[in-house]
Amino acid sequence: MYDVLIVGAGPAGLSAARVLKRAGVEKIAVLERTREPGGLPRYCGHLGFGMLDFGRMWKGPRYARALTEAAGVPILTDTTVTGIEPGGVVHVSTERGLETWRARAILLATGTRETPRGPRLVSGTRPWGVTTTGAFQEMVMKGLRPFQNPVIIGSELVSFSALMTARHGQVKPVAMIEENARITARRPADVLAAMVYGTPVLLNTRLVSILGGERVEGVDIEQDGERRTLACDGVVFTGKFVPDAILARTSGLPLDSGTRGPTIDSTFRTQDPQVFAAGNVLRAVEHSGQAALEGRAAARMILRALEGRLPDLVSAVPVTCGEGVASVWPQRLYAAPRGRIVLHARMETLQRGVLRLSDQEGRAVAQRHIHVLPERRVELRVSAAALAGMSQLRLEVEK
Amino acid sequence: MTETMAGDSLYDIAIIGGGVVGCAVFRACVLAGARTVLLEKGGDLLEGASKANSAILHTGFDATPDTLEAACVQRGYALYRDICADMNLSVVKSGAMVVAWTEDDLAQFPKIIEKAARNGVTVRRLDAREAREREPALAGDVRGAVLVEGEHLIDPWSAPMAYARQAILNGGTLMRRARVEGGVRQEGVWRLDIAGKPAVQARTVINCAGNYGDLVEAIVRPSPFQITPRKGQFVVFDKTAHDLFRTIILPVPTTLTKGVVVTRTVFGNVLVGPTAEPQQEREFPTVDHDNLEALRKAAFRIIPALREHDVTTTYAGLRPATQFSDYQIEALKNEGWITVGGIRSTGLTGALGIAEHVVTLYRDSFADPAPLKDVALPQMPNLVEELPRQWMQPQRGPIACHCERVTEREIEAALKDEVLPAGTLGGLRRRTRCMMGRCQGFYCTRRVMELAEAHLPGLVTPIGEGHRDV
Repeated sequence: MYDVLIVGAGPAGLSAARVLKRAGVEKIAVLERTREPGGLPRYCGHLGFGMLDFGRMWKGPRYARALTEAAGVPILTDTTVTGIEPGGVVHVSTERGLETWRARAILLATGTRETPRGPRLVSGTRPWGVTTTGAFQEMVMKGLRPFQNPVIIGSELVSFSALMTARHGQVKPVAMIEENARITARRPADVLAAMVYGTPVLLNTRLVSILGGERVEGVDIEQDGERRTLACDGVVFTGKFVPDAILARTSGLPLDSGTRGPTIDSTFRTQDPQVFAAGNVLRAVEHSGQAALEGRAAARMILRALEGRLPDLVSAVPVTCGEGVASVWPQRLYAAPRGRIVLHARMETLQRGVLRLSDQEGRAVAQRHIHVLPERRVELRVSAAALAGMSQLRLEVEK
Repeated sequence: MTETMAGDSLYDIAIIGGGVVGCAVFRACVLAGARTVLLEKGGDLLEGASKANSAILHTGFDATPDTLEAACVQRGYALYRDICADMNLSVVKSGAMVVAWTEDDLAQFPKIIEKAARNGVTVRRLDAREAREREPALAGDVRGAVLVEGEHLIDPWSAPMAYARQAILNGGTLMRRARVEGGVRQEGVWRLDIAGKPAVQARTVINCAGNYGDLVEAIVRPSPFQITPRKGQFVVFDKTAHDLFRTIILPVPTTLTKGVVVTRTVFGNVLVGPTAEPQQEREFPTVDHDNLEALRKAAFRIIPALREHDVTTTYAGLRPATQFSDYQIEALKNEGWITVGGIRSTGLTGALGIAEHVVTLYRDSFADPAPLKDVALPQMPNLVEELPRQWMQPQRGPIACHCERVTEREIEAALKDEVLPAGTLGGLRRRTRCMMGRCQGFYCTRRVMELAEAHLPGLVTPIGEGHRDV
């Protein structure tokens, strides 16, 4: 019998382990299905990790190592959780075969992944050389490259991470392609890409189809309504991250249609009172540091749960998305005499106006002015005391 | 024993084409006692038409009665059921329902039932309530169905691999990357020219070249049939959709809006397709966004709950359609040649029946060897989701592909296999399921490449000087 089992040894899971260990929880283990802990930062060979939680500027692998060392609890690698049942039952595949374990609390920290070609319903042939940033970075980290002159699809932050990896891997992308009129990542990343890496960024450009037989030979693109062929030997689909929430889903925990992750309340609990979730499994995608901070916050709630100090699930007030709001989390809040709850939201399109949380009567509970792009996360602080007596909350943008 | 370069030996039979039909014919010829070589132009078996189909074991209830196709499908069905367990191949029992959505659809039912009766297949008519009772996930406006209990799901790759494997285990020769470029027959012996390799000599040639059937046929005569490959696109839904329904959902064939099949696969996904698009391309079919989107919507129309499930991947296959509706199988007695052409979408089920028929033609027209005794049986690794997989066993070793739960040991076994190792990345995927899951290689590509690098050259190249691990 474990006190806490943590599923996933990435930034969220390892950070949670550290907090629980320091608080004196005895029986903890982090279950990791791959051969080594650290999560996705393991394969990001460029700077930009550790600032929020370690106050350092590290490369991904160094950050992964620091997280692992700081955790201070057993990390069971090559261990796959295949299902979770009510009552803290955890089904596990290990080197010993299939086993059933039990825990007083479980934290889902299964992370995120990019959307590959398939679900994007991309036209063309299906040659070798089509990949995602994640797979590409892992290969380069291990000294392998699947192509030399790929096209990079997308312009999110991770797309520029792919550019940096390309340079490490002696791979020279022929172009970065973005459907919209502006790049998705914050400026001046596009200037950086063009200047430092010499990769042209093609805006208003759509991937029409992939060409090639055994291997990629090119892509057809449409730029400002005009079609042409770009010769290349690979295609990297970047971003469009989705929560890797399959374990939550197959374990019967409800997923949110907006975030695509498990729904949680303001104590990081899913609809199973013993199962918590934190990090990028909640929604895609935040920087590893944000995931780590959430792991810590969830761990503090788990500590309260172990002491029986969390509110009853049925007393939660649900929050739904209204006009202009694509997703909100947590999806259930608790009224309390004091304290503040932070709501996180993303918008459907560029929004300028007042983001307002209102109750079942339409009365405003909290609000703020916003002017944000769809991929940016917006925070709204809500007074827990203000939620007393409410049955339904709605978050929307008023223009 | 596996692949030889021996160009000077004389075979009884050379089969051109290592698709499902070629593999089944290979097996049948070897077991019949003929010294046989299978020539495949690709780097592995099943690289052409046979790599993409709907993976259904058909009863032949809807075949045109009294055709060769109907006979081969029926016989192939029975033979597969006979031999599958011996080679650890499975049948996932599902049944199929031809579902009516309109009055016009319903009007077709008597014809469908009569045709099934003429084909000797038992079917049963269900009213709307019975159809919904059997499959509650069907859209509410279903009008009725014809239930075909005998239609089932099979693994479309392990089966033909097992046929080829059994042929090799019993003395057959497989040559991959062996593209036949021409041939001449002198004194009763064919000499087939192979691109970049020594010629292969055989007394009889069997043309199982699928989408290239008419081009290969031109070696012996002006081809009496022309192949116009018919493209079929498919959309594969995530395994989360697996439990929505069990029965294969077939369209009424004459509906004005082109119907699609919605079926589960033995691997635990849900498959929607195919489209049917005549075209000239024989090798690399394309998918296209609009058709894929239309397929997805068609699937939602049939099983509305599929809306809640993600697409895992898409693919397209090419069926070797000719101007004729029936199979084109004949022995050219004076030419030492057997033509096996125009095997369209029913080839997976029909293959063993076709092979039996081909051996009969061979015995009647060419030679009558003594059948092999003490036949060796291959044991195929199980890839069927509902049955125990290797990752569930103790001492499984690391799992490389987490979506499909493929172990490193399974991947290594496929790469290092002494009888029929994976010859291409596609061949490795078909043998193990690696990279076939919902992340499509996000998590496992690197590890698969590390394992495959030495066996399948050319996929990745090492990063040269100047690269440092961080």
